[in-house]
Amino acid sequence: MVKAGPPAMLLEVVGLSSHYGRIQALRGIDLAVAEGELLALVGGNGAGKTTLLRAISGVQPASAGTVRFAGEDISRASAAERVRRGIAQVPEGRQVFGPLSVEDNLALGAYTRPKAEIAAGLERTYAMFPVLKEKRRQAAGTLSGGQQQMLAIGRALMAQPRLLLLDEPSMGLAPLLVADIFRAIEGLKRAGVTIFLVEQNAHAALSIADRGYVLETGRIVLQDKGPALLANERVKQAYLGI
Amino acid sequence: MSEFLQFLFSGIGNGAIYALVGLGFAIIYNASHVINFAQGEFVMIGGMATVSLIAGGIVPVWLAMPVAVAVAGGIGMALEKFAVEPAALRRGGGASVVGLIIITIGASIFIRGAVEVWLGKDFHRLPPFSGSEAIDIAGAKLDPQILWVLGGLAAVVAGLKWFFERTRFGKAMLAASHNRLAAQLVGIDIRRVLLASFGLSAALGALAGILTAPITLTKYDIGIMLGLKGFCAAILGGLGSGFGAVLGGLALGLAEAMAAGYISSAYKDAVAFVIIVVVLILMPGGLFGAKSSERV
Ligand SMILES: Nc1ncnc2c1ncn2[C@@H]1O[C@H](COP(=O)(O)OP(=O)(O)O)[C@@H](O)[C@H]1O
Ligand SMILES: [Mg+2]
Repeated sequence: MVKAGPPAMLLEVVGLSSHYGRIQALRGIDLAVAEGELLALVGGNGAGKTTLLRAISGVQPASAGTVRFAGEDISRASAAERVRRGIAQVPEGRQVFGPLSVEDNLALGAYTRPKAEIAAGLERTYAMFPVLKEKRRQAAGTLSGGQQQMLAIGRALMAQPRLLLLDEPSMGLAPLLVADIFRAIEGLKRAGVTIFLVEQNAHAALSIADRGYVLETGRIVLQDKGPALLANERVKQAYLGI
Repeated sequence: MSEFLQFLFSGIGNGAIYALVGLGFAIIYNASHVINFAQGEFVMIGGMATVSLIAGGIVPVWLAMPVAVAVAGGIGMALEKFAVEPAALRRGGGASVVGLIIITIGASIFIRGAVEVWLGKDFHRLPPFSGSEAIDIAGAKLDPQILWVLGGLAAVVAGLKWFFERTRFGKAMLAASHNRLAAQLVGIDIRRVLLASFGLSAALGALAGILTAPITLTKYDIGIMLGLKGFCAAILGGLGSGFGAVLGGLALGLAEAMAAGYISSAYKDAVAFVIIVVVLILMPGGLFGAKSSERV
């Protein structure tokens, strides 16, 4: 039999809702990320982007809906179990372990992996971000914002994820650094990592994305190919300031 | 001179015990931001369990201490598993830190009551580890048990340093104390961190209780005062700093001994309370640890 149909979906989110007390931050989100794809989700401050990524990672409880990963329902899986299955996240604001060394931060990224893999993982990370090798004995908290972002990305990659969730990696960085970080993200995509990129910086994100979603007050309001969204009038007005 | 030395010995001996209890406070505080007011009860359990195991002939004498430490560790983990965790990690928003602290106060009352009913209100004594012949140093008498206490403290500090700096799980516990969200996102199971912190702290408390039992005797309610002294050591050192807790414990022990020796022994216990009040009001970061200091 010939296999046909759309490419396999690595992540499928169906009807996902989430609350903070009585405030509903997500209102029935449906989305899917295909294997090998770079998917962008853009939205303004408070739209629910961070809540969505946290719910996918299992650190924010969902009040309804399901999350499927590689064909299996992981809605009830713990955060640690989701990392073991291959979902790693670079959280908003980097969240490095400040007092621990750069190398310890990276090694902890491989917490769910066999210890024997750590050395090779460090090699790969240092090849990708040479500055981290220079500073590997320094406390992570002493790094600049851009370096901390690299560290946060490197730490997530140490888990050898099948899906990388990125929460506003450009936040608070100078334009030149943003370009660096986005080049690194494109490099990861070329290397075959499936990426779900969440951004307020809609232009940068949609420019490198295969497909994109627009999130407003907890709902997906638009979805299309990356370039098509960039050309969309509503997106232009609301997010690109054009 | 010999008088001063005498106070110094007794101060350091007691201070090392406070340091061990204070370390327990620091470890649990780091993992959960909870101040475990049942910490003193584990000191009591350590001494009482050792006495009972030996008296009952249940295990050989040399095995009684490690078994007592393990029993205390087990009770500490049970406290976490069945009382703290269900409240802390309840789905849809756990109890507040204050709520969790109140749970530990409840647990301490329960444990004290259970031991009182089971083993009575009497003082119990452990034989000294290496004879009761005092060592004469420049006219002052050093109880050899104090050397065991100091050795125990040194071994614990070295062991903790190794655990938190060299082992994967130790580093994971540190990471979780600095950033719980990020720790969860790299796959660290917070429940295991909490469980380990309570088990480890209880075991340290029990060790303190065993080491000091030959000097101070043990009884169902000694945990109240020792818990407070350990708490004082921990906040003096800056809550959450292991290094600070050790220094804080030694400083408290010395201050007590000097106050008792040169002023009046009636003031001995008051020293800790005065320190607690002064530190909490004037130096919330403690003497040695600011918030950013390295935590053990
Ligand atoms: N810890 C919280 N407690 C209460 N409300 C929150 C909390 N975090 C986020 N929210 C609310 O949830 C909504 C979505 O927030 P968030 O997911 O952080 O948005 P974004 O990442 O898109 O800026 C916002 O209205 C925000 O105010
Ligand atoms: Mg956000």
